[in-house]
Order: sequence, then C-alpha cells, then structure tokens
Amino acid sequence: MSNNIEIVKTTTWSAGPGCHGGCGVEAHIKNGKLVKIEGDPDHPWNQGRLCARALAMTQYIDHKDRLKKPLKRVGKRGEDKFEEISWDEAFDIIEEKMNKIREDFGPESMIFSMGTGRDIGPWICMLAYAYGSPNVMFALSGNACYSPRIAALDTIQGDYSVFDAAQWLPGRYDNPEYKVPECMIIWGYNIPATCPDNLFGHWIIDLMKKGTKIICIDPRLSWFASRSKYWLQIRPGTDAALAMGFLHVIIEEKLYDHNFLKKFTDGPRLLREDNGKLLRESHVVKGGSVENFVVFDKTSNTIAIWDTTLQEYKSKIKSGKTNPAFSGQFEVDVLGGKKVQCTTVWDKFCENAKQYSPEEVEKITFVPADNIIKAARFYAKSKPASIHWGVPIDMTPEITPLCHAIAALWALTGNLDVPGGNVFTRSAFNAVAYALPGAEGVIKLKDQDQDKTRIGRDKYGPFNKFIWRCQTDTVIDQIFSGKPYPVKGLWMQTCNPLSGIGLDPKLWQKVLGKLEFIVGVDLFMTPSLRYADIILPASTFLEKDGVRSWWVPLQTINKVLKVDDCRPDAEINFELAKRFDPDFKWEKLHDLFDDIIEPSGMNFKELQEKGWALPPEGHPSRPYHRHEKGLLRSDGKPGLTTPTGKFELYATLREEWNLEPLPYHKEPPFTPISRPDLAKDYPLILSTGRRSPVFFHTEHRNIPWLRELDPDPVVEINPDTAKENNILHGEWIIVENWMGKAQFKAKVTEIVPPWMVMAAHGWWFPEEKDDPLFKTFKSNINMLIPMNNQGKDGLGAPIKHLLCRIRKPLSNEIVHNEEERINQCQN
Amino acid sequence: MSELETPQYGMLIDYEYCTGCQTCVVACKQEHKHSAGKLGGVEVQELIHKLPNGKLYITNMPFFTEMCVFCVKRVKEGLEPACVKHCMANILTFGEIDDLKKEIPEKRKSILWIKG
Ligand code: SF4
Ligand code: SF4
Ligand code: SF4
Repeated sequence: MSNNIEIVKTTTWSAGPGCHGGCGVEAHIKNGKLVKIEGDPDHPWNQGRLCARALAMTQYIDHKDRLKKPLKRVGKRGEDKFEEISWDEAFDIIEEKMNKIREDFGPESMIFSMGTGRDIGPWICMLAYAYGSPNVMFALSGNACYSPRIAALDTIQGDYSVFDAAQWLPGRYDNPEYKVPECMIIWGYNIPATCPDNLFGHWIIDLMKKGTKIICIDPRLSWFASRSKYWLQIRPGTDAALAMGFLHVIIEEKLYDHNFLKKFTDGPRLLREDNGKLLRESHVVKGGSVENFVVFDKTSNTIAIWDTTLQEYKSKIKSGKTNPAFSGQFEVDVLGGKKVQCTTVWDKFCENAKQYSPEEVEKITFVPADNIIKAARFYAKSKPASIHWGVPIDMTPEITPLCHAIAALWALTGNLDVPGGNVFTRSAFNAVAYALPGAEGVIKLKDQDQDKTRIGRDKYGPFNKFIWRCQTDTVIDQIFSGKPYPVKGLWMQTCNPLSGIGLDPKLWQKVLGKLEFIVGVDLFMTPSLRYADIILPASTFLEKDGVRSWWVPLQTINKVLKVDDCRPDAEINFELAKRFDPDFKWEKLHDLFDDIIEPSGMNFKELQEKGWALPPEGHPSRPYHRHEKGLLRSDGKPGLTTPTGKFELYATLREEWNLEPLPYHKEPPFTPISRPDLAKDYPLILSTGRRSPVFFHTEHRNIPWLRELDPDPVVEINPDTAKENNILHGEWIIVENWMGKAQFKAKVTEIVPPWMVMAAHGWWFPEEKDDPLFKTFKSNINMLIPMNNQGKDGLGAPIKHLLCRIRKPLSNEIVHNEEERINQCQN
Repeated sequence: MSELETPQYGMLIDYEYCTGCQTCVVACKQEHKHSAGKLGGVEVQELIHKLPNGKLYITNMPFFTEMCVFCVKRVKEGLEPACVKHCMANILTFGEIDDLKKEIPEKRKSILWIKG
C-alpha cells in the first residue's frame, strides 16, 4: 500500500471496542503503529461496517494512560502508590504468594473473577484450573448476565437458541435457504448498544429493511419501540406475566403448532394430582426406571411408557402406534395397590396460562389487554417469527420461569430451528474453549473432585448441572464468614466491581480491603485496581492472537502489533498456568488454540489463512430442523438434548431441584406492589443499564472521541415527574433510596413514563486523578442496588426494577469537575 | 470544464433507519483526524416528537456540517466516504445527484443533502 501502510485483517473481540466481538476489521499499520482501522467489507459478519468504539481504536491503543508496565503496590490498599516492576518480578511475586495461599488454605481459597465473559472466560478458567481452584467467578450478583438464560434454555430445550439472521449461511440473506422473519419481538434490547450476546445488533435493521415488523417490549421508548408495529410499554419486572399472557392468547385461540406440540414436547406426560409431580415408570412398574415417563395411550386405552433411553414408547402393542392423549383425567394404578388421579402436562400448562388472561396481565404489567391480544396474534400468525431478548431478562430474580415462558412461545408457534426463527446455537464446529452452560470445552479441571469445593455448587441446582462458575453472592458471604472455608485471594481480570459489575459497591470495597492478596489485570488504572497488590498490563484485540467460536463464524484473532510491555490476557495466564501446574498440558499457547479448533479439521495457521469458517451443511452446529433430522442428540435420534429428549413444558430438572417446574410470574422483591412500605418514601421505579453507543459498561470514559458524545452520567425523567420534583432539564440531581445515593444530570424526556426513571450505569471519572478511586461512588447507580436477591435457583438480580426518589441537591452536595471533564474530551 | 459538466455530488440520507449509533461521527473524526471537542463532518441529532395521534416518535438525524468534504481523497481512490462505508444501518449513499435521485426510497421520508 501507499506510504508504507500495511493493511492487516483481524477479528474484534473484547479490549478495544470492549464487545463480544465478531467484526472483521482491517488495521492500517505504519511503522508498527495503528494509524487507522476500518471494517472489512469482505467479512460476512459486519460487511464493512464498524461501530464508534472500534473506530476510536487509534485513541485507545496509544492512550497516554494505558498501563504499560507491571506494577507493585507500595502504599495502602486503595491508595495511589505503586511502583513499576518487570514481568519476571511480577510473575515471581504472584507465584510465591499464590503458592503460599495454596499450601496454607488450599487452591479453592483463591477466587478468579472476571467481568462480562468476552475473550477472557477460557483464559481465566485455564489459570484457575491449572492452579487447582474451581472458583471462577463472574462478579455480578445472581450471575445475572447471559448464563442464566443459557442455563434456563438448557433446562427445557437442551440447547440455547438465538434469532436467525442467516449468520450460518454463505451469502447471508441472499441464501435461498433463508427466510426473512415476518415478525420479530425485541424484548428488552435497544439498538445503540450495537452488539448483544455474540450477535451483530444491526442485523435486525437489515431485516427490518427487508420487511420484518417489530413488536417491542420495553418500558422506555427505545428506537425500536418508536419503529414497532406494537410497543408494549411494560412495567419492569413483569415480563413473565406478559409472556404468560401471550401464551394464554395463543392457547385460547389455538394458534400453536400442533405438529411441534405432538412430536417434540412432553405435553402428554402424566402428572400426579396427589403430589403434582410427574408419574414415572418406577411408580407403576416394579423395577421401572425413574427416568421413564407415563402417558395415556388412546389406541390401547391404557398407559404407555416413554422410554427415555430409546426415545420411543414401549407399549403392549407395537411402538409407533402409540397415540398419547394430550388432555384428560386418568386414573392410574400405582405400585402398592393405590390409584392416583392424573392429568397431562399440556392440560396443566394450559390451566396455568389460563390464569393470565389479558385483563389480568394488564393489571400486572400496565400493558393494555387489547395490545397484548393483538401482539400475541401477530407473533403467532407470522411465519416465521423470532424473538430477540436482551439482558433485562437475566436481571430479575425469577429469571428461569421467565425464560421458560418465552421459550414456550417460540417452541409452540413452531419457530424453533426454522429459517428466520429462533435457531439452536452451538459454537461453530463444536469448537469449544471452556465449559459454558451445556458445553464441555478443551479447558477443564484436571479432576472432577476439585469441583467439589466450588462455591454455590451444592446450594443451587443449575450450578451443579450447567453453570460452572461460583454463585457470586454466596462468594461474598463466604469472604466474610470464612465458612465452610476461608477465601484469601482474588485474581481480578477484565473486572471493575467498584464501578460497574459490583452491586452495592461499598460492600465490594470491604471485600477488596479484606482479602490478603489481589492481582489485577487490565488496560487502564481503574478504581478497583487501586486495591490490587500486583497489576499486570493487558492488551487490546489488535495485540493478540486468539480464536473465537461464539456461535458463528469460527475465526482467528491475529496479532497486528505490540504496545510497550503489555501482554495479552491469554499469554499472561498461560505463563502462570505453566508455573502453577507442572503437568500443564500445553507447551505453547498456539498448541492450545490448535486443540480448541481441532473439531473443524483445521489448525490455527490454516484457519488464520482463511480468516473465518462456517460449519458445513449437515453439521450439528449449523441449522435448520436439527431436532427432526436427529442432528442434536449424540444417539442420532430425532429430538432435543434435554434429559428427556423433548421440549419440556414441565421442567423435569426443576422438579428434581424442588423448584416450580411450570412457568409463572412472581412479583420481584422491590416494586411498588411488593413493597408498598418502601414505595411511600421511594415512589419511583428505578431502572438502570440502558446502553450508550459509545461506552461498554465502565469502559471508554477516557476516550476523547467517545466521551464527548456522552459526557455525563444521565438520568432520564419524564417531564411530569420532573415538574413534580421541581427538577429542570440539564441540572445535577440526586437519585436515592434506602441503600444510598448517586448524582446524575437530569435528562427530562418523554421517552420514560412518569412512574419510572432510567439511570445510566458504569460511571466513574478517569479524569478525577486527584481521587485514588476516581470518584467511583459519586454517580454509581449500583449504590442503590443490594446484592443477595438472587432467585431460588441462585440466578438473577433485581437490577431493572428497584425503587428510588429524586430531588434537587443540597447546596454542597454536588461536586462536579467540569474543567477536567472537558480536558478529558479533548485530544 | 464548464460548470454544467461538473458532476454535482450529494448524500442521500435514509434517516428513518438511522439508529443514532454515532458511527458516522467517529468514522469522520478518524478519517480526517478531527480532534475531540472540535466540529467534525457530521453530527447526529436525536429528535423526539409527539405525533398528532399521541404516539411518541424518535428520529435520529445525521446532520452534515461545514466540515464535510465528501472524503475527496477516498472517493478519488475509488473508496466510499468513511461515514458511508461504516454506517451501521447502511443508510448513507454518496454519489452524483442525478444517480442519487434514482435511489430515493419510495415509501419513506429521506433527505438528499447537497453542498451549495
Ligand atoms: S460492538 Fe459490534 S460492531 Fe463494534 S466491534 Fe464489536 S462486534 Fe463489531
Ligand atoms: S463524507 Fe467524509 S468528510 Fe463528510 S462527514 Fe462523511 S466522513 Fe466526514
Ligand atoms: S452511522 Fe448511520 S445509523 Fe449510525 S448514527 Fe450515523 S447515519 Fe445513523
């Protein structure tokens, strides 16, 4: 190229844009420096496009405040006193201190904590497991981001699923196999967030241009809400009631797909009326299996047994002729000479949905009954139709029943694994780096015995079955109680609990003060890092090699340049893993990459040459209709990968865990309905976490091109509410409740309803260099959100529906450093 | 070359699909090395209107400024302007006015921006 500029292609993931990645980019390099970055027009994921955060990379990569050398703490915790050390010295100290903890207290006394799971999960697991600790922690209360949704879907449909935007197909939307959805439900997601959950957000815009109509479920007038055919302005925390209302309409009006119900659900299984549980073969046949279920066969007029292992009925007459009843009351002889009354799962499911009439649901959700009916009909009649859900789904304590109700929608309307519907999704080519719910990776604990000490594992069902992290709230409790064993050290990588991922950040401050040894790995100094004993400088995506197989495509990340003494997370952890584990399996990091992508038949070099790869037709990681073709199950039989082979309207695992197996709505813990006592003083619903196009959670406040576009922490207030509270647009105000307070700039706008305010999250002030904690508690909305409100299965947290009041500040309450902020916005 | 023969360039903005993602703004700043805090080639305005039927409506409007030079250098090299190429919603089209007129979307409001 001209002017000695070399153009190198790679894949975005994590540090830099901060996202879950997937974009193909072209980095323009001159003399080893990044001079420009552009989207790769040949890449099927983004087709040349690129978001603001990735386009600001030149300001990020050579930022004057980047951590460039390892640091050692020489002052007190939380003070700004560090000195530079070499990598060797840093590694030696870490090795010595962590070995001491391992010897004195056991490896499980070290917690390995990460922020949102980007290009970090594999590497943090690799290090923790090599050290011998099962305690990998995602630091959000109730683990309330993504893995609850994955675990919930694994429970009832075996595999996760996402909306189909032809991302698996060569030629994308033009591929003849693909169908553009007629309808898409956007459930708690807004577009400026750019890319959610390993999907490219603007694919939805592509689809809208091709004719997809939107149903938007959001308490706030998002851009989607404004462009939707139906906007259901829901009261936060009542989503399950709305989903049940949809089911009610679809069942009443018989808008469901009879074929799917018949062939692929557990609808005909008998439920005992005496205890409400499933009737199992072991109840009716001596020596029968607890894993086999009972139906009433209309052909033989008697019961038949569903053999879970063979995935077929064993009835007295030839199998295949069994015609199970989906509805009715049956008296069944059980062992011991008793008779029990039974009904079917489908009858119970319908009876349950019946309680959620549109009128009832209107009372709970504030969504007009008429709109619920119209939207439900439109969704059910559109073929195909899909649903995209955002993280608010995880951010409520009863997340699992909520997911169950939503999944029943796409299943019962016949939209599962069809073109343009919600399709099962697995890592491309089944190339899995580390254990996620439902998938086993290359990186694992050496010995399953080591998993026994994982915190929360024995307390919560899903943590024993799908979720291989510790339960975060339980970890915090244990740090203070020291029971059943003491927690001594923390490895903290891509994680800033004082500013973002930690609810009740003052509690986290105590946690960081209490631990004996903390290592922090990051790209910039953060408030949380100020508590670390050793700080290691990490790299952006342009400075590392890597592999990405989050759904599709399978891609390599290619090292484009190096910045000072910074090292990629994977390299840092690899080096230490080798030090902690004399039998560590891999010699070089690239050997591990090769192992991860081995199922694709390629090695790292070969994949790198190609850039990306899509799984071929007929591969289990490529749609469509896999449950019909027998591509999902390891036995090659049609069906799903749930414990029983069916889509479970009645979750057998939840029965096992003593939790309600059918979906339902339960009022969250802190709403005007559940806590009228608190609502007297704190009458407004506090919702948080609406996305900014220019920030990824706590990141990017120090990038001038980005910060100038969203300079201050903002709370959105309806004009009527603002007037009532004597608040003017643009003024700094206080948002507070019984937990604490934070200050925000008022944005008076009709996009929020009068009964709710929406506060931005993730705020700290990198420009406030005089404060060692960068004023991290000043505008931190988490100050108002408690921990320890997870659901009965250990998942979810009330992040979208707290209570608060707003007021003008006292005369000295607001300290805002406008000058520094402006400096930050200039370069 | 007489004025008549000089092709007139413009930007067709299919703004109904503008999501307000701010990509164009940063794309321009990067391309032309505009400093933060200084005006770049394009800004995006969020407008919230209450329509006569009571419905609230969000419009994001990319507004091209005095600083927009239509990425002359890129265009000469046969590339698209930086904002056009990167726009996440693909709503910007750069070209000769006569060609752009043919691409005006049929059923949507749009803007054809012309530099005087
Ligand atoms: S946020 Fe989306 S557009 Fe931006 S780099 Fe990540 S994947 Fe690409
Ligand atoms: S055309 Fe070029 S100069 Fe004009 S706004 Fe777009 S990027 Fe900037
Ligand atoms: S890049 Fe496109 S969609 Fe995004 S703000 Fe600019 S014009 Fe709008």
